Amino acid sequence: MTATLAPPSARPVPARKVPWGRYAGIAVVAVLLVVYPLVAKTSFLQTIGVTALTMAIASTGWNILGGYAGQISFGHAVFFGTGMYGTTLLVTGGWSPWLTMMPIALLAAVLGVLIGLPTFRLRGHYFSIATLAIGMMVMSILPNIQWLGATDGLSVPFLDEGFWNLTFSLRDKTEYYYTALGLFAVATVAAWLFLRGRIGSYLEAIRDDDVAASAVGVPVRRYKLYAVAMSAALTSIAGSFHVMFVTFVDPSSSSDLSLSTAIALIAVVGGAGSMWGPILGAWLVIALQEYTRTYLSATGRTIDLMMFGALIILVAVVDPRGLVNLVKRGYRRVRR
Amino acid sequence: MTLLSVDGVTKRFGGLAAVSDVSFEVPEGTITGLIGPNGAGKSTLFSMIAGAQRPTAGRISFAGKDITGWQPHEAARAGVGRTFQLMRVFGSMTVLENLTTAAHLRHRTKASARAVAERVCAETNLGSYAHRPAATLTGATKKRLELARALATSPRLLLLDEVLSGLTPTETAEAISLIEQVHAQGITIVLVEHVMQVVMSLCPRLVVLDFGKLIFTGSPDDAVKDQAVLDAYLGA
Repeated sequence: MTATLAPPSARPVPARKVPWGRYAGIAVVAVLLVVYPLVAKTSFLQTIGVTALTMAIASTGWNILGGYAGQISFGHAVFFGTGMYGTTLLVTGGWSPWLTMMPIALLAAVLGVLIGLPTFRLRGHYFSIATLAIGMMVMSILPNIQWLGATDGLSVPFLDEGFWNLTFSLRDKTEYYYTALGLFAVATVAAWLFLRGRIGSYLEAIRDDDVAASAVGVPVRRYKLYAVAMSAALTSIAGSFHVMFVTFVDPSSSSDLSLSTAIALIAVVGGAGSMWGPILGAWLVIALQEYTRTYLSATGRTIDLMMFGALIILVAVVDPRGLVNLVKRGYRRVRR
Repeated sequence: MTLLSVDGVTKRFGGLAAVSDVSFEVPEGTITGLIGPNGAGKSTLFSMIAGAQRPTAGRISFAGKDITGWQPHEAARAGVGRTFQLMRVFGSMTVLENLTTAAHLRHRTKASARAVAERVCAETNLGSYAHRPAATLTGATKKRLELARALATSPRLLLLDEVLSGLTPTETAEAISLIEQVHAQGITIVLVEHVMQVVMSLCPRLVVLDFGKLIFTGSPDDAVKDQAVLDAYLGA
């Protein structure tokens, strides 16, 4: 098959232009993220920053499965909760929080594969429905498990301040912020490395057309399982960090539907299937959420859900590809 | 040497036999036309060879291996490439990304898959569309991309499901020359087609189905003299 079959008229493939816009975007966002806590000095603004970065990590995990592979999950709070509970238990047992992250992430990955094994057999929306159901089941089982603190929840034991203990001063949250930023950078690079080669192509092919994907040799089920494993692991790491920040976990803070919705919504608002989606979406959604919580109601639960609904409608109407595409469109218009 | 052999293959959907007891062989390096009136079972037979459907009975062997009931991705790995009658391109990807994805079947690294994709892209005259999202292409170009994508998997056998229907005369001529070039590379081709002039000129061998049954195997010249074929097309 070495014979070449180019007809005389065959035009060669033009080289792709260097994506300067993307590099510039990365530089601008990186500078903004680094500078933020130096400018935003209040505890309220710093909490928004830490929470936004944590949720961006969780949503980066969701994005691999939902954005790239097209398998929409409404139950990622389960993996986030796995991180929160798992780290709390192990830290109580004397582990460093950092050391708990990988084994707990592995556990979350196994959990994800267990959910995927039966549901990925079926085509269509069965996986989405199953994640919704599992989220609800966990929500009603958790309050009955004594060793997970039942309805009272668990507190992270008091640890000395220091990086190894992932415990810092709460008066100034700058250290939490930069730790979260570092973790977000690592998670993003991990996701990028995971997706840049064959796996990324295969997942996008599955999302676009799974029948055509299998016809070009993609083992569809196996690749969906890779995606759910990586996705669950990253989201669990976000949970591990989050519990060290809030030092407390109970069923409603770790596993409820509005958390699952937020993780998914962040990626969708920012741009599903784009590396930019989670970080852009997280800042918008978390800032909105914290402001509405503070100024409009005591607990904010209902307001959250109303706001999420409004955002979904807004994204669908304005640009289903999310904020990142709005920015790209703007950039192209300016360049022209 | 026989590359593909279909032996007593039957597919039943409930009480309906879409394909019943069909047997034929495809020698390596040939172009075979699979024809028959609407509903004759051509597409079902294609699906079974490509692994998309499991035969109710019978055996399909490819390159000496029994591939009956294999999954589509296993058939693709063995060397069966296919196009779809209703185009199924990866719409959000560019043309080159479509081809790179297919090339990944035999090339692990992105660089070597990409190199294959670029070669196929130029060979199939898709160079000027390389960086266009596949969803924005016209029907004829999508069909060309389908063929190119199957080629990028480096198949030994190519199953073409109506790649010529719905094309303008110019597009048809281009597509025919492309198929001839692919054949010149040594790739065995089985094509389902409705455009009879094309089938007659392109395929030295025909397999004719009617109501799921094999009614004729042989050259186009003999086919037009065969009473069963005439009955099937013109009505007995």
